[in-house]
Amino acid sequence: MENRNEAMRLPTGEHLVLSSSPHLSSGASLRKIMGGVLLALVPAICAAVWFFHWRALGVILYTAACCVAAEAIWCRFAGKPVFKTVSDGSAAVTGVLLALCLPAAIPLYVPPIGAILAIWLGKQVYGGLGNNPFNPALVARVGLLIALPAAMTTWTPSRGMTEPSYPERQMFVSGADAMTCATPLGVAGTTPKVLSGEGSRTNFAGLESPSLLWRCFLGDRAGCLGETSVPALILGFLILVALNLINWRVPVLFIGTVALISAAVHWFWPGVTPGVTFHVLNGGLFLGAVFMATDMVTSPITGLGCVVFAIGCGIVTSVIRIWGNYPEGVSFAILFMNALVPLIDRFCGIRPFGYVPERVRKGGDK
Amino acid sequence: MINKSSRGVMTFSGGIHPVGDGKRLSSAAAVRRAPLLERYFVLLAENAGKPPVPVVKKGDKVAKYQLIAAADGFVSANLHAPTSGEVGGIVEVPGPMGVPSMAVEIISDGEDRGDAPLAPIPDWRGADPEVLKTRVREAGLVGMGGASFPTHVKLSPPPDKTVDTLILNGAECEPYLTADHRLMLETPERVVRGAAILAKILRVKRACIGVETNKADAIAALKMFGAEYGVEVITLRVRYPQGSEKQLINAITGRQVRSGGLPMDAGCVVQNVGTAAALADAVTEGIPLVERITTVTGEVVVSPGNFLLKIGTPAIEAVKLAGGVKSEPGKLIFGGPMMGFAQKSFRVPVAKNTSGILLLPARVAVNYASTGCIRCGRCVQGCPMHLMPCLLSTAVEADRFDLAAQNHVMDCMECGSCAYVCPDHRPLVQNIRRAKAELRRQAAAKK
Repeated sequence: MENRNEAMRLPTGEHLVLSSSPHLSSGASLRKIMGGVLLALVPAICAAVWFFHWRALGVILYTAACCVAAEAIWCRFAGKPVFKTVSDGSAAVTGVLLALCLPAAIPLYVPPIGAILAIWLGKQVYGGLGNNPFNPALVARVGLLIALPAAMTTWTPSRGMTEPSYPERQMFVSGADAMTCATPLGVAGTTPKVLSGEGSRTNFAGLESPSLLWRCFLGDRAGCLGETSVPALILGFLILVALNLINWRVPVLFIGTVALISAAVHWFWPGVTPGVTFHVLNGGLFLGAVFMATDMVTSPITGLGCVVFAIGCGIVTSVIRIWGNYPEGVSFAILFMNALVPLIDRFCGIRPFGYVPERVRKGGDK
Repeated sequence: MINKSSRGVMTFSGGIHPVGDGKRLSSAAAVRRAPLLERYFVLLAENAGKPPVPVVKKGDKVAKYQLIAAADGFVSANLHAPTSGEVGGIVEVPGPMGVPSMAVEIISDGEDRGDAPLAPIPDWRGADPEVLKTRVREAGLVGMGGASFPTHVKLSPPPDKTVDTLILNGAECEPYLTADHRLMLETPERVVRGAAILAKILRVKRACIGVETNKADAIAALKMFGAEYGVEVITLRVRYPQGSEKQLINAITGRQVRSGGLPMDAGCVVQNVGTAAALADAVTEGIPLVERITTVTGEVVVSPGNFLLKIGTPAIEAVKLAGGVKSEPGKLIFGGPMMGFAQKSFRVPVAKNTSGILLLPARVAVNYASTGCIRCGRCVQGCPMHLMPCLLSTAVEADRFDLAAQNHVMDCMECGSCAYVCPDHRPLVQNIRRAKAELRRQAAAKK
């Protein structure tokens, strides 16, 4: 016993830190969150490389580098800690998301402009991460779409589209060896609406052929780099949910609302817009719903708020797609709903514990 | 409204699940009685409310269990000598709340002898509830889960409040702590008997014990005596803060205590399992509260365990029982890591509410270096009071205490779930505490 006591090491208490509780942390950090989002983007990046060849990877890395550089330059001149800000990973995430919203054939002068729009105008002018009302990647995408429409809507054929056997190929590619082509939503947008009568049922028959829809599902179609492959985006969704990084209701309700509205409109006026499968599988719906509408900073805080936000995104997307001038409305819809977030947060607050009506409080035994 | 999950396990909404909760360090260690020490320092200002007044002076001889400080008023509790010996004086020692406190120093005579000063009431089933309630006061019982609130006060509802349910809190939701677990597992009969006595005092029909599913062995042990004493054993989901009074009431009865109200407003009285066991001893054996089970644990402790310590044992003696330390700790915490209090000295003595002595290495001390809220909403999901900690904290950072008050900052119970989950390491609960203190100060200044 004596020996054991001599060997026993006792604390001196010289280095005790005083602080108020809690004394533990979950270990979560911004870097881990951003790393998780990047991990969830890997399937979409792989799909982009598969369908749009190695140039896709170049565009993604280049755009991400531009965004990180833009963040570093801003911090350097704004007197913010450069390494600490860049290393939180948010600029890299914005860069990859922006790249996934660009066509494969984007001219090389565009990504730097996009990076400045995203990081400076979309985020840092508001005070940096957490203070921006709009999703930075979408600010850049919409800014570029309006300023450089030709560069942003020049689509190149995906891997399968270069084969003559591609279903309904003539609808998207004008010549046999054309370098550019159209997206299915673009074709739907330029197809004249037939409100009633003879042609209304067959107006979108070509766009709705099962073999073409299957290609659209896989991602073998013209479009932005990261938006085409639904399986890759669903995999990303599952990763985000597994890592508890998003509220799963947002993508589900967003896509569900678009599905419901397009199904209803198609049911009543089949000549006005294609059916539900076409709408869900095309455009940036999955990319936007999974990765942009779920952005923590620019979506509501409460669960109810997120539900309202997601349904709103779905309604605005459908309205723009079906009746608007642009063939695609996901970006505009999310930015529009971003602007409403403070209002949504205000009206979708939660009732604190202990404020329920007397009836529930007293006789809750059932 | 009952919050029942699919497996029949009850819970509240909100809260967090601490990862790696540290309970395995000490949960298998059977309770060991501490050997007699030379000196004990029984803190006077240890209960919530008014400190008791010493009734002994330097040089007095005391017997074990003898009254050494008498309750001063209603919200106060008696103190008894943990062992026999001589009073070394009324001395100043480092207190558990960070400020020096007065304590009665008892110098042991090595005999550890004394007769039970209170008459045992073996037939408590037939006893008058008022007699039993007097026994609670005599024995110096306080809430042993952490608040240290005199027990008899909670057992005296005003005539306009009807209490129909007694809930014993065996949730022990704080990470690392296993004292209540071992108590329920090793002496389940005492706990259940204590529950039955409390039910008798309160004249309630329903008495239950809530225990989290991670203590399945304790649940089984309690159930063996439950039917005999008419006490229900309820299984709770492992969730922090399941053991918070309002959340426990909500999980078990589905009722919500109104904002600013007491458990009595929802017809409930909540007591810690340790308090119930101490009451069982006080009633059937006439022994006052002079010792308790404390978990001495942490990654730096050589052999973490659960020890039956006399009230007044300095923390360093408890650390010796656990084999000392592997490396110098960065933090000494009385209580659990979520709501416990950091200490500056190993001389702080164990009080009636010291459920744990936790030694954390320096590296786990949280560095609150925030760069700004990213509105992830994890604090909102985690808040058991359904508040928005991120917005409250932002209001406090801008000195807008009025805004914080509007958003129900006073309803916060400071469980720390928000600061625990925040990926940006914002000092959320700390800012909320600041707002509560400031609002209380403002209210006091108005009067």
